[in-house]
Amino acid sequence: MTGRRSFLRILFCFALLSALALFSTAAIAQNGGQLRFCLRAEPKTFDPLLVDDDASLAVRYLTGGVLIRVNRHTQDLEAELAESWKISKDGKQIAFKLRHGLRFSDGSPFAADDVAFTMQRLMDPALHSSTGDAFRSGTGTVTTKVLSADQVVVTFPAAVAGLDRLFDQVAIMSAHSPKKEGAVLGPFMVGEYKAGSSLLLERNPYYWKKDAQGRRLPYLDSIHLDIQANRDVEMLRFKRGELDLINVLDTDYFDRLASSSPQLVHDAGPSLDSDFMWFNQVANAPIPEYRRAWFRSTNFRRAISLAINRDDLSRIVFNGHAQPAVGPVSPANKFWFNSKLKADAHNPQAALALLKADGFHMQNGTLLDKNSNPVEFSIVTNAGSKPRERMSVLIQEDLGKIGIKVNLVPLDFPSLLERISQKFNYEAAMLGFRNVDLDPNGQMNIWLSSAEDHAWNPKQKAPETAWEAEIDKLMREQASSIDPKKRKQSFDRVQEIVYEQAPFIYLVNQNALSAVSGSVSGANPGILSPQTFWNAERLTLNGTARASR
Amino acid sequence: MKHERGMKVARTLACVIVVAVCALSLGANWLAPEGYAKQFREAPGAPPSHQHLLGTDELGRDRFARILYGTRISLLLAPAAALISTALAALVGGLAGYLGGIWLKLARGFTDLFLSLPWLFLLITVRALLPLNVSPLVSVLITFLILGLLGWAASARVLSTSADSLRNSDFVLQARASGLHGPRLFLIHVLPNLKPVLYAQFWISIPVFILSEANLGVLGLGVAEPLPSWGSLLRELEGLISFREEPWRLVPLFLLIVVLTSFQTLLSSEEVTA
Repeated sequence: MTGRRSFLRILFCFALLSALALFSTAAIAQNGGQLRFCLRAEPKTFDPLLVDDDASLAVRYLTGGVLIRVNRHTQDLEAELAESWKISKDGKQIAFKLRHGLRFSDGSPFAADDVAFTMQRLMDPALHSSTGDAFRSGTGTVTTKVLSADQVVVTFPAAVAGLDRLFDQVAIMSAHSPKKEGAVLGPFMVGEYKAGSSLLLERNPYYWKKDAQGRRLPYLDSIHLDIQANRDVEMLRFKRGELDLINVLDTDYFDRLASSSPQLVHDAGPSLDSDFMWFNQVANAPIPEYRRAWFRSTNFRRAISLAINRDDLSRIVFNGHAQPAVGPVSPANKFWFNSKLKADAHNPQAALALLKADGFHMQNGTLLDKNSNPVEFSIVTNAGSKPRERMSVLIQEDLGKIGIKVNLVPLDFPSLLERISQKFNYEAAMLGFRNVDLDPNGQMNIWLSSAEDHAWNPKQKAPETAWEAEIDKLMREQASSIDPKKRKQSFDRVQEIVYEQAPFIYLVNQNALSAVSGSVSGANPGILSPQTFWNAERLTLNGTARASR
Repeated sequence: MKHERGMKVARTLACVIVVAVCALSLGANWLAPEGYAKQFREAPGAPPSHQHLLGTDELGRDRFARILYGTRISLLLAPAAALISTALAALVGGLAGYLGGIWLKLARGFTDLFLSLPWLFLLITVRALLPLNVSPLVSVLITFLILGLLGWAASARVLSTSADSLRNSDFVLQARASGLHGPRLFLIHVLPNLKPVLYAQFWISIPVFILSEANLGVLGLGVAEPLPSWGSLLRELEGLISFREEPWRLVPLFLLIVVLTSFQTLLSSEEVTA
């Protein structure tokens, strides 16, 4: 009996030990491994304050620590290096209370003077930082005051609308570390860089975040970024299992991958990006006067908008991975989108009625203006962009149905830019807008009539139309107010004016398409950049993927 | 004997193919009455069917119609451009080789310089100078004209070498001894003997021009939408990963290979006859 009991005890102990061993293996399985994906271009800089290109943005996101982070999923603000923050009533000042005991990747301590150093450097006009430009609301200097090791106040010469959101782009640099931009507060740090080939990001051993179980993040050991511009190669390598993520997928690639591996692709719905066309309304542009008169007519522009079948653009060109666009803000921008507006439905009859009101009439299937000039114009777009080339062919046929002849001219990008921004030698143009900023302040350079990017009629000394004057007023109002409701009201009205006047004829909002390998856990692709790795510190790889690297 | 019979069959087959392709492209209006631009928007990227023999492209346009009309354009204009470039090559390279000496050195220097110039920038300038409202047909004519005017240099180098070797050949010396000289000697004795090289250069140029036309689309030259050409149809093969899934999309490539092979088979028979 005793022998049997002893045997059972031994068996119980063995089972217990086995269970513990299995449990600990499972726990360890959460950690380690190398995530791999591609950057489509060489990062132009590792200085987080000078970042301007997509590749550098990705590196900054993975390595940089920020005071406040925009959650890419909820679009809400989250406290990061700052435990809390407070904006003054006049909108000119922001006070941060920082987290205690944090360290840069080289072990040097993080304190308020690092924030002060970063802000002073960012706002130095000699640096020419586009991130810094977003904070420039008025003339004067930006001052920072360190109240204690964990308290710092930044004061701006004028109110900055959406001030706290702007800090999502400011990666804090060390004031004291000799490594300068090499010392980071993000989950990863630059380990090895092979120019033109690859970039290895290693786990930051001092990263401050921990998971619910108290384990230090990130789970991954490293991220290997291959610099690869060729999308075919990227797709093939992803299919072979050599890559784990494709951050942005084109429609064709998405559908091809979806047909073989539907579980790997993610369509997160409409992105912030939009495609649109516009007519040249510049007073001294080298185009015939009667055509300029068409382009300056609201009825003409609205008629073109009504004659375009946006549903077909979405369905045929993007295989349904796009939505008809309403205006400058995508419905994906939850707060700023004016939900009262609906995209123009395809209505050639309504289009012809509007044209008739302006004296246009049909003759033998050709639309003529009031002076009997046949309506014909060209659309320039960037050659090599298949979606835009295809959209322009569909629009050509749509407008052909109301008697308008459209000539399509794909141009190389430098020639296109020269025509639309310097010589104004074009009639209509089609381009896209990659919007990474949720806040309308990021669009000031487009909507102000004096702005260089006011594409249809830039650099106006005074607004040439009443509606442009109203947009100027509303945009300035929202930029100088810190009350989100008032700002929203102003920008809602801007969206309404843009819809009514159609200076830009918005076509589609492309969906955010991405691919995530089955070996990655924790990914939750969204619409905001970076779509697939916004929570990189919480991504894990399964055992097979880890063992293979 | 067997070889000759085989060649005869090949020539007959080539003749039938060329005639059939030409007849089909000329009869496009009847064979594809809906035209090359009509968009069947309910059936984009459709597989072959009774209504669309070769399916439809990404925008729902009938591939069969686009191939017929595209053949008409490419089969007419690519050889025309090749003719211009070969004629220029014969003029520059052939004459230089025939004259020899300083003329040959000058011509070779000039062709080398011509080959080394960045013509891409010229093409961009040409596009910048052209009005934007150019009809697709005018655009395609300009494109092939430019290709013809720029594509002669490589052929001229080959021809100058051939003409140089002919200059000191026995029959040319004999002709000179008989009192023939100048243009008459060049036209009667040198040029006919350059014919095989000229033919070869002509046929080599055609596919090059067809593909160049497709690439020029990137600069906004080339054949403007909705007009089809073999070049623009071949551009649709970009990104095609699996031939098995949509083999009918390879028809333009297959057609290009078959037509050029047929022409070359017919050409070789002419050479044999000559």
